[in-house]
Order: sequence, then C-alpha cells, then structure tokens
Amino acid sequence: MKQHVELRNHLREIFYFRLRLAISIGFVLLLLAILLARFVYLQTVRHDYYQTLAESNRISVVPIVPNRGLILDRNGVVLAQNYSGYTLEITPSKVHDMETTINDLSALVAITPKDRKRFRKLLAERHDFESLVIRSRLDDEEVARFAAQQFRFPGVEIKARLFRDYPFGEKTAHLIGYVGRINETDVQQLEENDLAANYRGSDYIGKVGLEQSYENELHGVTGIEQVEVDSAGRAVRMLSRTPPSSGNTLVLSIDAKLQEIAEQSFGNYRGALVAIDPNNGEVLAFVSKPGYDPSLFIDGIDSESWDELNNSPDHPLNNRALRGQYPSGSTIKPFMALAGLYYGTRSPGRTISDPGYFTLPGSSHRYRDWKAGGHGSVDMFKSIVISCDTYYYGLAVDMGIDNIHGFLSRFNFGKKTGIDLEGETSGLLPSQEWKMRRYKQKWYTGDTVSVGIGQGYSLVTPMQLAYATATLANNGIAYRPHLVREVRRSSDGQSRLIVSKPETDLKLNPAHLDLVKRAMAAVTQPGGTAAQAAAGAPYHIAGKTGTAQVVGMKQGEKYDASKLDERHRDHAWFIAFAPAEQPKIALVVLAENGGHGGGTAAPIARKVMDYYLLGKEPEPLPDNAGEEGEND
Amino acid sequence: MTRRQLWQRFIAHIDPPLMLGLALLLMVSLLVLYSADNAGWGKPLSQLFNITVALVCMWLVANLPLHYLMRTAVPIYMLGMALLIGVALFGEISHGARRWLNLGIGTIQPSELMKIGVPLMMAWYFEKHEATLTLKNYFVAALLLLVPVALIARQPDLGTAILISASGFYVLFLAGLSWKVIGGLFVSALASAPVLWSMLHDYQRHRILMLFDPSQDALGKGYHTIQATIAVGSGGILGKGYLQGTQTHLDFLPERTTDFIFAVYSEEFGLVGNLILLAMYFFVIGRGFIITANASTYFTRLMAGSITLTFATYAFVNMGMVSGILPVVGVPLPLVSYGGTSMLTLLLGFGMLMSIETHKKLVKT
Repeated sequence: MKQHVELRNHLREIFYFRLRLAISIGFVLLLLAILLARFVYLQTVRHDYYQTLAESNRISVVPIVPNRGLILDRNGVVLAQNYSGYTLEITPSKVHDMETTINDLSALVAITPKDRKRFRKLLAERHDFESLVIRSRLDDEEVARFAAQQFRFPGVEIKARLFRDYPFGEKTAHLIGYVGRINETDVQQLEENDLAANYRGSDYIGKVGLEQSYENELHGVTGIEQVEVDSAGRAVRMLSRTPPSSGNTLVLSIDAKLQEIAEQSFGNYRGALVAIDPNNGEVLAFVSKPGYDPSLFIDGIDSESWDELNNSPDHPLNNRALRGQYPSGSTIKPFMALAGLYYGTRSPGRTISDPGYFTLPGSSHRYRDWKAGGHGSVDMFKSIVISCDTYYYGLAVDMGIDNIHGFLSRFNFGKKTGIDLEGETSGLLPSQEWKMRRYKQKWYTGDTVSVGIGQGYSLVTPMQLAYATATLANNGIAYRPHLVREVRRSSDGQSRLIVSKPETDLKLNPAHLDLVKRAMAAVTQPGGTAAQAAAGAPYHIAGKTGTAQVVGMKQGEKYDASKLDERHRDHAWFIAFAPAEQPKIALVVLAENGGHGGGTAAPIARKVMDYYLLGKEPEPLPDNAGEEGEND
Repeated sequence: MTRRQLWQRFIAHIDPPLMLGLALLLMVSLLVLYSADNAGWGKPLSQLFNITVALVCMWLVANLPLHYLMRTAVPIYMLGMALLIGVALFGEISHGARRWLNLGIGTIQPSELMKIGVPLMMAWYFEKHEATLTLKNYFVAALLLLVPVALIARQPDLGTAILISASGFYVLFLAGLSWKVIGGLFVSALASAPVLWSMLHDYQRHRILMLFDPSQDALGKGYHTIQATIAVGSGGILGKGYLQGTQTHLDFLPERTTDFIFAVYSEEFGLVGNLILLAMYFFVIGRGFIITANASTYFTRLMAGSITLTFATYAFVNMGMVSGILPVVGVPLPLVSYGGTSMLTLLLGFGMLMSIETHKKLVKT
C-alpha cells in the first residue's frame, strides 16, 4: 500500500494556516477593542474625577502661619513676644534607629538628658510622620556643625521657627500663661468651633492665662499660598498668595513694674495679690506666688520637670489669685458692717460689751474672740478698727443667713467676677438652700455665727475679694475687672479700647459707706490692726486685715503659731484701697501661712501702693521677711 | 552603478508600508521622550542613537537571505541558553533580580536575545520536521520554549517570561497545535495557577494584587498604577497639550521615559491621540499579518506570525498595564519606550519580517 502522508496538500495547509492567522487577527482586534474601551472609560466617563485628582496632585495649598500678637503692659513693656530661632527636629518615621541617631547627633549638638526625656515623651504622644523637636534654640555654631553632617542623618533637619518668649518668666506666668503645641484635645476643640482651617500649619496655641483667653485675638489669620508642586512636594512655582495677618497686640492694664514689685514683696511667701483701679476695673497687678517658668511648656515639658512642678508642695501651677479658695477671715467685716447698716440690724452708735467670746442663747458653746478677755465696749467703728469678732458673731446671728447671703452676693461673693481669664472659681457664699443641696441638712444658727467673721462654710478667691474691695472703694459702683485694656489691630494699627461699663451700682447709703471707709482708714492708723505697715505713709490707706484658719482648733485650745507646722499656720489677708479719700488703687494680698494680716500681708500691700501712688521703689527685701505683726 | 541604482539596491529589502509604520512610531517616541524629559534633549538624542543602531541592524537582517536566517536559529538559541545559564550562575544582581551578565565591555540581558532566539529556534524545528509532524514534535518544541522561560522566570523577570511564552505559544498555535491540546493547556494553566502563585516573589504577588486595588498601597506598589491612571484619565478627549501634562512635568509619573511613557503620551494627547497611536500599531500589525499570510515557507510563516503577534502583545500588555487593566510587569511600549535593547530586539524582528517579504519576491521573480 502506498502511503499518503508524503503527498502533502500545500493549499490545504495554507488554508489552515490562514484560518489560524485570521483567528489571530481577531484576537489582536479584541485586544485593541479592550484597550479602546478602557481609554474611552478613563478619558470620558471618568475624566472629571481624574482631572480633579491631577489638580490636587499638582496644587498644594500651603498655609502661611501668622505671627502671634504681642502682649504689652500698660506702658508698652513687652510681656510676651516672638523670636526666631533654629530647632533640630526628627521625623521618627524616617529614622531607622532612633537611639543611635540621637547619640550620633549629640556629638554635634548639645542634647541634655532633659531634652531626651522630653523628646521621648513627644515620641510616645505624636504620630511618627510628624517632625518632633529634640533641641530648640540652636546657636549658629551648632547649626553650622549639623549642616555639614546633615547627609548622615536622614529624617533629621534644622528648621527656623518663631518661638514665644516671656521676658518676665515666672513673674507673669499665672497672668500671661503660655502657648504649647497643639494636641488632640485642641484639635477637637478647634474643629468644633470651626477654626481648624485657620490653624493649618500652626504649631502652637494658648494653653492657659491670657494666651488662652485671648487666643482668637493673638493667633491672627493664616495666609494661603497656592503652589504648584512636584511629586516630592517641592514647590515649583507659586500660583497665588493670600498673605497672613498677624495676631493683634494686647495692651494690658497691668503695670509690669508694679507686678514685679508685688511679686518680689512676697519674699518667700506663697500667696496672691490682685490690684485693681476701682474707677474702671482695670487690673494693675495680678500675682500668684510661686510662679513657674512658662518656657518649660512651650515645646512640651519633660516628665522630670513636670513631676517637679506637679508634686511640689508649693503648687506652683495653681493660680491662687484666680482659683485659690480661702476663708475670707476678718476681711469680710466691713461688708458685714455695711450689711448690718443696710438691714438696720445695727446702728453705728450701738455698742456691745465684749467679754472675749460669744454664746448663743441656750448653749454653752463659746465662740472665741481673737483677743482673750475681750475688747470691752465696742461700737461699729471700733469693731472694724480692732477687728472685734464678738461684735460680728452677734451681728451675723441677728441679721440671719438669708440677709447675709442677700447682701454679700451683691458684692459678687460666691460668683465669678468675669475677669478675662479662663478657669476662675466662684468661691462659696453659703445659704440655706446651698446647705440643703450640698449636705441635705438644714441651716443652723451656729453655722451663721462663724460666717460673720468669714470662717465656716464661706470661701473667697483673692480675685473676688479684690473686686469687692474695689467696689467698696468706688462707693458701690462695680466694674467688671479686666486685664486687657486695648487690642491693637495688626493690620492697620487701630486700637480697640476695652472699657468696662459700670456693671452695677449697689446704691449704697453714703452715710453707711462713709462710716465703713473711715473705720477702714483708721485700721492703718495707730491703734488699728495694720498701723505698723502703714506707718509714715504720706497718703491715707483704708484697709482691713484678716486671718484665715488653716487648721481648726478645739474648744479652749490656744493658737500658737510657733508650735504649728509652717504649712498649718493661718493665712494672712489684707484688703486695702488708697488714697482713702479718692481711691486710685484697691488691692488684696493673701500670704499663705503668713499668720496675721497686719504683719505679713499689709507690708506687701504698702510697697505696691507706695510704688503705684508715689513711684517709690521698695528696699530690697531680706530673705524670710515677715516679722510677727500686731494681732488681728 | 548610478546613484539611483545604488539607492535602489539600498532599499531593495525595505518593506515600504512596514517602514512607514515603524517610522511613525519612532517619531512618536522621540516626540514623547522630549516631553517626558521635561523638554530636554538628553533622552531623545540618546534614543535617536539607539534607533539608528537598531535600524542599521534591521537593514542588515532584512538583507540577509532566508536560508542564512534559518542557519542562525540554532547558534542564537544555544548562545542565548548559555548566557541564561551564565546569568543564573554568575549574573549581577540589580533591583533584587539576577538579569544581567557583565561581559567586561558592558552588561547584557540575555533574556532579550531569547525574545528572538526562542521563536526562531521553534520555527526552525518545525520546518525541519515539517513533513512528519506528530504530537511528539509539538512536545519537543514546547520544551525548547519552556526551558529558557523557566530560567528567565527564575531571575525573576516575569514580564519577559510571559512575553517569550506568548511568542512561543504563537509559534505552536500557528504550527497547527490541535485545539484539544490548546484547550488542555488552558485548563491545566488554570489548574496550575495556585502552584505558580506560590512560586512568585512577594513583590510580584503584590503587583498582581495591586491591580485589583491600587489604592491599598498608594505610596508603595500601587503608586505607579494610580499615578499613571490619573495621567491617562485626566488627559480627557483632547489631552492637556504637548508639554503640558502636569503629571509628567511635575514628576508624579514614575519611569515615565520607559515603561510608563504611554501615560505621558496619553495625558498630553488624550483619547484622540490614543486612537491615532492604536491606529499606527494596527497598521504595523496589519502589515505584519499580510507578510505572514504571503510568506512562502513554513519557517517564515511561523516566524513572521510570531513576530507580529508578539509585537501586538507587547503593545497591549504595556498599554493595559499603564491604563490599569493589567498588573505592572515591566514591559516597555514597543518602539516608543526609551531603551536600546528592546529597540534592537524589535527592529531585528522587523528586519526578519522585511527579509521574509522581500526575499520571497526575489525568489518568485
């Protein structure tokens, strides 16, 4: 048989080949159709979407952070300013071995253990892609040294930044506060208030003090630069620019020199001082001792410094002037006297006989006067001058808690003064309702007795007492106290004065006022409780001393400061205004554990008034000043 | 000889329609490279040099009679295999892959040689056994394909491995591999996908996965795809205009002179430009098919068909990859992407097509 395999049919083969070729062409056409469909989809249907993406790729909106506004005192002395400096910053996500990097860096730039601790804290708190400060305020030499070695440190760079600087440091810490890095809570708050956009690019925000309460004025308006960028984020060219506008300048009513004198006059005492111009509510000095170094907080405080501040028995972070709540002690007496006159409970001439204690009818409990054996025959004038406790025990009981509450609340006791600082506390002016609410107990007459001399349930802040004193000095016309006097707009230099309108006129009887003011003036005269502190003053000071008990004493026990632990000694108060006839300044001094107002608090007030009224600067104070004065 | 005769002789083995298509695409390459280089002359001039060298080589191959072409098959294949084994043993590692061989005078990438060597060898093998083709011959041819592909895939160079597999498969297909076997291969390919998957390198898996959701890793592996798709999509119907592509000129497009050059083109010339480019490619491919259909011998038919289909595959894979329908596998846009080796390989292929076309005519007359 012949084999057919050798007879090949070329035409047939070519036919099959061309068939397969045709299939191949179909395949290629299919591929091209797929591509075409994809192009049509991307370039027509989805064009807008990708166009937007390309634009947002291309254009980067760069915020331009405005300069923060300055804070000046009433005479133009700078209390808070900005200066530019260099910081060394690390972006953790770009660093391979953090420990080694920091060690290598410290060969070029001084990095203290505190810097390391603070950095570690930042590292734990922040995102890895954020640039974190390890050292701030590099000097030129350090900048140059690092710049030469920069290639060794990917993820580490030097940035020029504006820093906040407080020339008066801890002397104004409780007043000015400080700025700190914006944290999660701040971000949330900014978002809630719809301010987040204005803070793009900003690192700092006011945290406490005026920096916080006037944040909106100080921050300014962030500018915007639209920049064309490449994929590395490098700006290629600028498309448009809206310049930022700097924050406004705050001009305070504070007198920096006065503040400094007040601060120094405390010596080693802890305490607070608030001085107000009673004619307009301007705060002239605002001291809380001890202060702290606000610059510690600016770039995030290291844990060691934080623990030190936070655990200090002196509580330097506590703003005593604004938030410290103490029994007012005898400084309440002028107000009680006014109340007694107002309700007709007492007439000026009515005298009591003081045996040195007070008892309620049907009770054997003795409420002691500070002077054992008593002051003898005491009328209202004398009750203020010598600070007779027995007189006010009786007055309080006769007036009743409702009247006391009613009258004292007109002087703003138990309420915030509304000063332009955040975080004020309201003190406590007790009432029947308050006790029921708080303790579910009715009010006892015994409760009223101690309220009469500013003890018991009642608590005041130095700020409140200063406000009440200023109101009294100004014959019952009250101004809301404020620290900022003027806001100077950065854009055109225009000033907006902040003036408190008279908030309330208490409509006090001039005769009543006259009596109380005269009595207060006598307090600083020989025979009064603050005579020593006022000796030789060429102007008249009206004042009232006070003592706030820190530890309660048992019946019959005698207070002996020398036997008490320093921290358990009484707080010393002094409220005053001067010149007594035409007051220009009203102030409150609280010296914690200072013992008696006349001895420790009044001399501080005297120095402040001497400077304010006479321009006289005090002698330098020896350490541990504050000798025992006259009793209260 | 007159000057005219000299010219006649010079262009005797150039196929005019094919040459026209190639010239258009090469001009597109220079045009787009100028833009991709941010209006710089560096890349286009360098590419012009590549093109010149490759055109000379193409001309030489086109002038090579067919029987010489056949004779080169075995040596080229053997040399390629030797180099591939050399790479596996002594190759230089770059970007985590062992693809290059340093020959002292320069580094070469032997897998490029095999883009021509493999189909050439297979076509030669089929021609040799033309008279008595059995399933066994297909099996041997498949082995000739799979051994180098396995070596290349191991380097790893997935893109080249896939393309060489495709070009080999086209030879098998055109050589008449039975539909049953093709079906079987298809099924077993599907079945072996999980095995292949497990053999891939992590970065290759990533790239494939990224195809489904590039945004998952927007700054990493997905970045290329995302930025390229943005470039294509934002081009719109008419494009942003020559030298006006923001994605290109602001440096958002990675590898924009090589694998991603199509994104540059598409951003600036838009859908209309894409249509024109597709038309150019189809013109070249169509001419390739005509040459294939008219090829006179079994060897030349297989060779021409494989070259044409591989070229089409290159174009599809690259544009598919840039427009986000295929994973990023590292395949240049044929005749347009910057690069000497791929230009040379491609034009050598077209030289063979021209030789097939022009020498057939000479044989006939």
